Amino acid sequence: MNITGYTLLEIIKLVKKRQITIPEVTSFFYNRIKKFNQRLNAFITVLDYQQIKPGIPIAVKDNFCTKGIKTTAASKVLADFISPYESTVTDKLIKNGLTIIGKTNMDAWAHGSSTETSDFGPTKNPWNIDYSPGGSSGGSVAAVSAYLVPAAIGSETAGSIRQPASWSGVIGLKPTYGRVSRYGLIAMGSSLDCPGPLTISVADAAFLLKVIAGKDNYDATTSFQEVPDYLKKLEKNQKFVIGITDEYFEGVLPEIKNKIFTCLNIFRKLGHKIKKIKLISPKYAISVYTIIQRAEVSSNLARYDGIRFGNPREFLGSEAKKRIMLGTYTLSHGYYESFYKKAQQFRTLIIEDYIKAFKEVDFIISPTTPTTAFKLGEFEKYPFFGELMDMLNEPASVAGLPAINLPAGLDKNNLPIGMQIVGPYFYEDRILNLANQFEKETDYFGVIKKGILRYQ
Amino acid sequence: MKNYLPIIGLEVHVELKTKSKMFCQCSASYFNRPANSQTCPVCLGLPGALPVPNQKAIEWTILLGRALNCQINHFSKFDRKHYFYPDLPKGYQISQHDQPIAKDGWYKLKNYKGEEKTYKIRRVHLEEDTGKLIHTTDGTLIDFNRSGVPLVEIVSEPDFHNAEEVKEFLEELQILIRYLDISDADMEKGTMRLEPNISLICRATKQSLTKNKINLPNYKVEIKNINSFRFVKQAIEYEIQRQSDIFNQGKQPKQETRGYDAEKNLTYSLRVKEEAADYRYFPEPDIPPMIFKNDFLNKLFKKVPELPNEKLLRYQNKFKLNYSDAFILTRNKKMADYFELILNQLSKRKKEIRIIDYPKEIAKFIVNKKIAWQLSAEQFIEKAIKLMTPVVTDTNLLEKVIKEVIKNNSQAVSDYKKGKTNVLMYLVGQAMKDLKGKAEAKKVLEKIKEKLS
Repeated sequence: MNITGYTLLEIIKLVKKRQITIPEVTSFFYNRIKKFNQRLNAFITVLDYQQIKPGIPIAVKDNFCTKGIKTTAASKVLADFISPYESTVTDKLIKNGLTIIGKTNMDAWAHGSSTETSDFGPTKNPWNIDYSPGGSSGGSVAAVSAYLVPAAIGSETAGSIRQPASWSGVIGLKPTYGRVSRYGLIAMGSSLDCPGPLTISVADAAFLLKVIAGKDNYDATTSFQEVPDYLKKLEKNQKFVIGITDEYFEGVLPEIKNKIFTCLNIFRKLGHKIKKIKLISPKYAISVYTIIQRAEVSSNLARYDGIRFGNPREFLGSEAKKRIMLGTYTLSHGYYESFYKKAQQFRTLIIEDYIKAFKEVDFIISPTTPTTAFKLGEFEKYPFFGELMDMLNEPASVAGLPAINLPAGLDKNNLPIGMQIVGPYFYEDRILNLANQFEKETDYFGVIKKGILRYQ
Repeated sequence: MKNYLPIIGLEVHVELKTKSKMFCQCSASYFNRPANSQTCPVCLGLPGALPVPNQKAIEWTILLGRALNCQINHFSKFDRKHYFYPDLPKGYQISQHDQPIAKDGWYKLKNYKGEEKTYKIRRVHLEEDTGKLIHTTDGTLIDFNRSGVPLVEIVSEPDFHNAEEVKEFLEELQILIRYLDISDADMEKGTMRLEPNISLICRATKQSLTKNKINLPNYKVEIKNINSFRFVKQAIEYEIQRQSDIFNQGKQPKQETRGYDAEKNLTYSLRVKEEAADYRYFPEPDIPPMIFKNDFLNKLFKKVPELPNEKLLRYQNKFKLNYSDAFILTRNKKMADYFELILNQLSKRKKEIRIIDYPKEIAKFIVNKKIAWQLSAEQFIEKAIKLMTPVVTDTNLLEKVIKEVIKNNSQAVSDYKKGKTNVLMYLVGQAMKDLKGKAEAKKVLEKIKEKLS
């Protein structure tokens, strides 16, 4: 049976109805990976067929610790590191009938927005292999976009799920900070990191979020807030007030702007209200995010000293070294007050700004990225490439808010355009409800399907 | 020496005896366990591992802060303290920087001169212990069993001016910690570690001292690796002498960290600090800040037991014990508890006791080791009652026994008559032996004197 393009939930249903067996599903995806991965370099590790445990196959970004499977975070420092323990996210996936078929490529340590800082070569954008898929979860989005797996797990510090999902034309959900456990996720910016699903349907995202979310005794920052049945919450269409703000359209390519306006008209047609509001310009979030993230990175990478595991520090790539130096500087005596502390204070202002906005509107919709995918190699021309590409994602990350990327069409070069919906804390169910309405109405203008059909 | 006033401050580290470690579920009791047998991804600092704080350790730190009359911060947090050392697996220690659990406390103590003095406590904070380096001829090994064990740091103000009062304060602190039952505070096992810092100021500035404001010297010498109270005293005394000698030569002691060699009884330089180390502290993002509400704190404060000084006062007032007996009894909580257990049980047998202030007697029996307090309460009470019951003298028997003794010890008797009065006690002893204790010694003495006169 040819299941190309079937959603994760559809495959699970087929298996339940005994129309297809788990080994058949596994070999289907295994063969697709064997056929197309060389072109895309989406995976760092693909399990041997015999190694794959029974379950519906899924791909996981290579910064989640997986017991017995190599975990590299795309850095040569961990080139041979095999974790003795399982991350909470992968543990939950396995316990819910899914199985890891491979570990996906990423920017080394998740430092980047193009997957080019990987020590294992860049991942290519499935829509055009001269282009970057975005990053840092570039391997995960490429694998989903080209349907090498029905779904994947990525992680986001500020944009690393949404931005590559936008550039590669898939759905990427970044949950509220603390909704999903970080235990076993190799830390980048600890106060920002969020695991999240990358899928080809909103229902799949709802299903996977339900699987991975919840309080974890191994992560003190996870929330006690109950995890709703996200799938069930999709059933009844709700009506919302959608906020838009000029600040999030500044510097955005006209082509992208127009596509988002088209989408807003669709929401109007569906009975939602569009309301103009004002928010602090996202450009301020760039500095706040950069300072906090670099500081946390410099601290989080201190354990990679090569004494107990892994290779010594000289195996660190140049991006990691730059970040360690900048972070160390901002935390140094005499600079803490003017950098880190100030950034945290401004972070509070951004949070308050959002809280105020969410008294008026249910969501804020904007483009996910100011441009579509860049060509490979471009990132080297910009010292803060990632920070600029993720500019529209950073405010929500800094505030810890949930957000989703939905494909909103293609540009003149046939590259995907993404739309972002940001909601209040723990509003994932309603974000997914709105996204589901959009999916039913537009089917993403055929973007996801077209992407998959390129890989036959 | 007379020209200088020592300024001494203390840093004391105490390992808490919680069941599990500070940030993971590994057992915190590592003594004599095989190396690295009590470790997990968290205390080994493996990629992706996260710390989850131990609530008991936080509560115990609050209790200790309270017992030291500190202000408990309603808002407290953990911070990362960065430095590189192979026994520190994460490259940073989770500690507390600017918002410790407890701060601004004091502790009153009667010093060796009998004067009461108040010592200020700057802060009490919670952190994690490091692993242990084991240096062998083949290289250095690391045992991470100790990594992540909860560690409390107590920092005093530089209120001490001589080695003796430091020793007394530390002994008191150890007793206090044992009263709270939060640590064994065992110096040999390293569950209590002392780091005094010492500097000297010239006596010329004594005026400012009496105004209760001391202009602290611009240097400080920290001494590490001290594992007994006696050594603390010796190390401080050595250091005061060493620094005075330097001043006397017209030089200035260096700001440095020194070690103490107990065998040679001297301190030696470990490292000279050119400037303050930059630990790049920032709030630990993996642990949400702690907010302690009044309800929670008040409930917890009730768990602070009667402290040794309070107990001592009560023993003096309620049981009329003298200071020295009360002091000895209250230095060991188990001993004090035993004392009170005996009093409690004795109160049911009051009729058998003729002495009104018998608690004083009981205290003496314990303090003077007349009756072992390791006995069961029943056994102790039997012995105590016997000791406190006055002996009834059997006069007929007394007459008979003394006659015998005089007859059988003619040499001693003649000696006595020649004026050697000290043989009298020998005769009393002989008589007491034959009487098998059924007479009062005083009466026996009188009777013998009477017979020999």
